[in-house]
Amino acid sequence: MTTTHVKPTASKQAGESLLQVTGLTKHFPITRGLLQRQVGAVQAVDGLTFNVSRGETLSLVGESGCGKTTTGRMLTRLLEPTGGTILLEGEDITHWSAGKLRPLRRDVQMIFQDPYGSLNPRHTVGTIVGAPYHLQGIKTEHGIKREVQDLLELVGLNPEHYNRYPHEFSGGQRQRIGIARSLALKPKLIIADEPVSALDVSIQAQVINLLEDLQDELGLTYVVIAHDLSVVRHMSDRVAVMYLGKLVEIAERDELYTRPMHPYTTALLSAVPIPDTQRRTKRERIRLEGDVPSPVNPPPACRFHTRCWKAQEICKTQEPPLVELAPLHQVACHFPENTDVPAPARAGAPLGDVVPDDAPRADATGAPLTPEQNATDDGDGLRA
Amino acid sequence: MSQSTNETTSRADDRTRRSDKGGATSANTLDGIGGLGAPAADAFLSVRDLRVHFPTDDGVVKSVDGLSFDVARGKTLGIVGESGSGKSVTSMSIMGLHKPGTVRMTGSIKLDDTELIGAKAERVRELRGKRMAMIFQDPLSAMHPFYTVGHQIIEAYRIHNKVSTSVAKKHAIDMLGRVGIPQPSSRVDDYPHQFSGGMRQRAMIAMALSCDPDLLIADEPTTALDVTVQAQILDLIRDLQSEFNSAVILITHDLGVVAELSDDIMVMYAGRSVEYATADEVFTRPQHPYTWGLLSSMPRLDRVRTERLRPIKGAPPSLINVPSGCPFHPRCAYADRTNGLSQSERPPFAETHPGHYSACHLTREERTAIWENDIRPTL
Repeated sequence: MTTTHVKPTASKQAGESLLQVTGLTKHFPITRGLLQRQVGAVQAVDGLTFNVSRGETLSLVGESGCGKTTTGRMLTRLLEPTGGTILLEGEDITHWSAGKLRPLRRDVQMIFQDPYGSLNPRHTVGTIVGAPYHLQGIKTEHGIKREVQDLLELVGLNPEHYNRYPHEFSGGQRQRIGIARSLALKPKLIIADEPVSALDVSIQAQVINLLEDLQDELGLTYVVIAHDLSVVRHMSDRVAVMYLGKLVEIAERDELYTRPMHPYTTALLSAVPIPDTQRRTKRERIRLEGDVPSPVNPPPACRFHTRCWKAQEICKTQEPPLVELAPLHQVACHFPENTDVPAPARAGAPLGDVVPDDAPRADATGAPLTPEQNATDDGDGLRA
Repeated sequence: MSQSTNETTSRADDRTRRSDKGGATSANTLDGIGGLGAPAADAFLSVRDLRVHFPTDDGVVKSVDGLSFDVARGKTLGIVGESGSGKSVTSMSIMGLHKPGTVRMTGSIKLDDTELIGAKAERVRELRGKRMAMIFQDPLSAMHPFYTVGHQIIEAYRIHNKVSTSVAKKHAIDMLGRVGIPQPSSRVDDYPHQFSGGMRQRAMIAMALSCDPDLLIADEPTTALDVTVQAQILDLIRDLQSEFNSAVILITHDLGVVAELSDDIMVMYAGRSVEYATADEVFTRPQHPYTWGLLSSMPRLDRVRTERLRPIKGAPPSLINVPSGCPFHPRCAYADRTNGLSQSERPPFAETHPGHYSACHLTREERTAIWENDIRPTL
């Protein structure tokens, strides 16, 4: 169990907290008319609370509109939160001014999703990767050029390409340039926003390996924002699942993938196609109906209730709190899966307009399955 | 509604029949580098030695360079490849969507009994929509933004069917309902931008299927969609395929998607087919180093890989300067075992097991050993 890249998660939890986020909220106002009166708000992120320990990789996963990118931007303070707090190494940076934030930029860096849009096409690679030094007024021992060339080598690029322009590189190489740039100031925390999703499959693996190597070598802490659950499983120590601006589940990696508790998480995991034809018929597929609702007008109380096959009256009226139902495993749900914690009326009738999958949720007599019966384990780590 | 063909033979029999037609050895082929021979009896679409070259100022871009495959009604072929593999160019060539004069196409594409290469533009237009249709990766750019979805479906339908607008509109509403769009009679008058991503893709599927085509080509239909919506769309394609008994070509880079949906898989690299077999065969005993590379470099949802990911070194080649011999040789970990053949000679597209073709200079025994000992244990 202790090969190089199976992370010993328990010890990481004992590590100190680098980042503490409490009740983080971001609403974007919608204005109308000549006077730009606010008529509504895009409730992009609502009340996020989580910590990130030094040296770990926390992934934020979710689909479009869940608010993960907005969260990433708030963590790097590219956006200012409208509510809640962000503590970086104990300091409250939530509403710091640009001037006060500037030295902070050395500690928190971002890797962007689009390797084509995130590099200035009119700057050479040397200028791009060297820019942080100039902006922060850093004095270097052997000159900035030398530092930049060391960085290029560190990320697997040829230092002699110092004077080339972004368009002369492939997508994967450009992503490496972005990574080199983020490492220039020796940051403590890197927010990686979909670092590999724009890349071809065979190149993704190269960049994933690079990020892992760098983390080991430089003691970095990562917050990875991603939608690809296979990549997340490989890279993360802990995983946080977001839905429509809310944190619905957060747990250690293996725990989340083998014992997901929130219905949305189980649906998400069952929807990911697996490259294995033997599994085709064996999996229990949970079909979610319809699309994600708009964050302008999110459903009341539990935001997932409109698509949840387990939803009851309480889900429409009372927002489920994020509670720890298993060690280091928090869920926000009135009727969580895979847990012995008793929940009211688990076998109650679902909402009329939500179509349940015809997967067996009850045994032959109609009685609901216990968590043990539900979690059929044929050794593959998946519930079905 | 098309008549469903009575397929009483099993797929294994189909494969054996095809290989018995003598496509296996390089002595008995269309182009001397290996091939499938004559089309299988039940093939609805049959492609042989397709080459699509684009002459440009920088040289000839050989997007597709010798492709052969069959697709039968009611079956799904998954074409897997990365950027620059030629998969999209293949689908555009089948549909006849290349700008005339910009492309040199040779080989054979037979749709039912009609040869598409060299066919008159009017003939291809007749077939397009009615017998073959395509859905694209990004419905927002594929559909016209100024016309309602209903209008676009009606237009497609009326080109091939002599009916009034009101009859066509009823059909459009029916199709939108069939693909799972709620309230189709009001949504038929909405514009593409008024639909969400998943609904827009469904609308495009409705448009493609409105004339009940026998062949549906889906070019990365779910790449731009969220994973739960992707699952819905794939289920939809599967359901509609069995309802209409269409032949489906699914083009994607996602091996998970092809495993879910395909009966057969063709892996493409640098414009060529490097492996072609049933989905089960490709996943249980792949025969090409590129396929091994793809499988090794993917993180898995269902298990934690204790080994590091094993990426394929290097990057896909330029299609103007395709490497000599086997185009994969600069990135292949086993190229040095072929005594220089990989660098100098194009490998034959040959059968290693019944119905399982691949293009590699390594012997079948060598490949089986590498797969069993080096690759499979690490997945």
